[in-house]
Amino acid sequence: METESDKTNQSQSQGDATVSDTERWASIVGGSAMVLMGLKQRSLRGILTAIAGGSLAYHGATTDKSLQEKVTDATGINKAIKVEKTVTINRSAEDLYNYWHNFENLPTFMKHVKSVQVLDLRRSHWVANAPMGQTIEWNADLINDQPNQLIAWASEEGAEVDNSGFVRFQPAPGDRGTEVKVVMEYNVPGGMLTATIAKLFGEEPEQQIGDELRRFKQLMETGEIATTEGQSRGQ
Amino acid sequence: MKAVCWHGTNDVRVDNVPDPTILNPRDAILKVTATTICGSDLHIYDGYIPSMVPGDIIGHEFIGEIVETGREVKKLKRGDRVVVSSMVSCGQCRYCQHQEWSLCDNSNPKGALQEPLFGFSTSGIYGYSHLFGGYAGAQAEYVRIPFADYGAVKIPDGLTDEQALPISDAFPTGFMGADLCDIKRGDIIAVWGCGPVGQFTIRSAYMLGAERVIAIDRVPERLKMAREQSGAETINYEEVDAGEALKEMTGGRGPDACIDAVGLEAHGMGFMGAYDEVKQAVKLSLDRPHVIRQMILACRKGGTLSIMGVYAGFLDKMPMGAAFNKGLTFKMGQMFGQKYMPMLLDRAVKGEIDPSFVFTHQMPLDQASQAYETFKHKKDNCIKVVLKP
Ligand SMILES: NC(=O)c1ccc[n+]([C@@H]2O[C@H](COP(=O)([O-])OP(=O)(O)OC[C@H]3O[C@@H](n4cnc5c(N)ncnc54)[C@H](O)[C@@H]3O)[C@@H](O)[C@H]2O)c1
Ligand SMILES: [Zn+2]
Ligand SMILES: [Zn+2]
Repeated sequence: METESDKTNQSQSQGDATVSDTERWASIVGGSAMVLMGLKQRSLRGILTAIAGGSLAYHGATTDKSLQEKVTDATGINKAIKVEKTVTINRSAEDLYNYWHNFENLPTFMKHVKSVQVLDLRRSHWVANAPMGQTIEWNADLINDQPNQLIAWASEEGAEVDNSGFVRFQPAPGDRGTEVKVVMEYNVPGGMLTATIAKLFGEEPEQQIGDELRRFKQLMETGEIATTEGQSRGQ
Repeated sequence: MKAVCWHGTNDVRVDNVPDPTILNPRDAILKVTATTICGSDLHIYDGYIPSMVPGDIIGHEFIGEIVETGREVKKLKRGDRVVVSSMVSCGQCRYCQHQEWSLCDNSNPKGALQEPLFGFSTSGIYGYSHLFGGYAGAQAEYVRIPFADYGAVKIPDGLTDEQALPISDAFPTGFMGADLCDIKRGDIIAVWGCGPVGQFTIRSAYMLGAERVIAIDRVPERLKMAREQSGAETINYEEVDAGEALKEMTGGRGPDACIDAVGLEAHGMGFMGAYDEVKQAVKLSLDRPHVIRQMILACRKGGTLSIMGVYAGFLDKMPMGAAFNKGLTFKMGQMFGQKYMPMLLDRAVKGEIDPSFVFTHQMPLDQASQAYETFKHKKDNCIKVVLKP
């Protein structure tokens, strides 16, 4: 299994998008190219925040960096792990968006997520399983919400694993259903590497998101998730 | 229940295992009334299919009676007598909806294993290794049928178990092999392999309008069946060079399409054959492409190669230059069972064909390990064995 590829690149987090190139980022996030190719040197969180702008903006992320963030940016020890995965699902963008937007549905196909509790219109509380019976918890903020098109989120300050990302729904050409793209970024302090994230979640981030999208597709197209767990076999 | 479990190369045993249960709402449980060994099972038996785990229940060609249905099963009910496609397919993805059932996006719970090898994952197959989903197979008293509404087809009245059984796998495979050749008036079709799949391929090529079918093997009773029951002209490739014979038998043009009903264990002749066998024995190269090489050379320019014999890994020394310069078309794949099964049942009911003609032996499921040996070594002129649980 590949551990690192173009899609799981570890690049330096170099601050956030400025207003001037917000439009360019918006077109990258909304376009058909591979998002991570345009994102090599930038922080996803910053870009998502810049695009969201206005009312839904993540509190202060564009300007008010925490002291720690400023230090890690300056010293360049803050490594980001970025993952991008896309799948085409034979359902309308509306159906897929609606299912996903009900965050409490997500543990159905996100195996490592134990529960998601919606706190208010913007905030939700996530509990994920980690190996050896441990759990990791964090609060996430909805930073951009475009009905039937895009949902973007970022963990609130102080999360054990700082993460942000978006899921995008776009009609596929020729009645092929909807292209669902997930892009995620994990910012972990002190140069924590993919392997450490894998230890926290029990799987490489890229593998995990690939598996989640595969199960999401199975669930949305067929109504169930294919399994052999619990079947009989010889000794 | 009793089930045939794979324990290693040339080692299958009938074990006592727990009965299957409904795991998903679209599952059904089938009481198997007849099952059989396919040439594909021999690839497992001989150790050429990766990702088998000792204890895996094998078998994918079967019929039976529904004994239980999950709450989302709509078309089937307890007591239905059905034939089931060897491919597990969801019925909802774009591939299933375009009748490309073995390319299903959603039925392989271990699709992530296949992705690095194939780029994309394919459908699950009953009892056919973990790459193909790790589903428990059907050489057993009971088997779980995922997406039952889209895999099991009711057997019309008037067909016996032996008549319906090959419609699970061997017959649709042969039919698809011929269908992929897009047969036109006057076409001469060459078929490599006169096992059960080869026999159905010959019959199907005629159903689809072939002018002549020429079949190639070396096993006398299989060649005889191809001639006398399937109506082909035959070539024994041990007696004559198959390529030369085909050229002479087709007015010097070559067959319009060539169908591979042999697969990755093709027996090879001469230097290249020996070379392939040594490489496979030391696992340098997984598959023996002898038949494909011969088809590329024998086929007429601009003709079609239809590959239904199974390949699992890599091929070596492929005459790509010949294929390219002759402008050949390659078509292949695991069969699209559900696309063909209702039509084949209909042909059987109308008496256009009696699919039971391929069966030469019947044994109780208990004797599965003898049955594998008998089928593999073609003992006692065996062509296909019915196993009765
Ligand atoms: N594509 C599919 O979905 C699908 C489905 C079922 C079976 N299959 C495959 O079809 C193939 C045939 O299945 P079967 O049940 O008839 O198996 P089988 O083993 O009974 O038949 C194979 C025949 O090929 C002959 N043969 C070997 N080397 C040859 C050569 N060089 N030239 C000509 N003939 C040669 C053998 O003598 C034998 O008669 C297998 O590879 C099987 O895995 C594919
Ligand atoms: Zn088969
Ligand atoms: Zn499908």
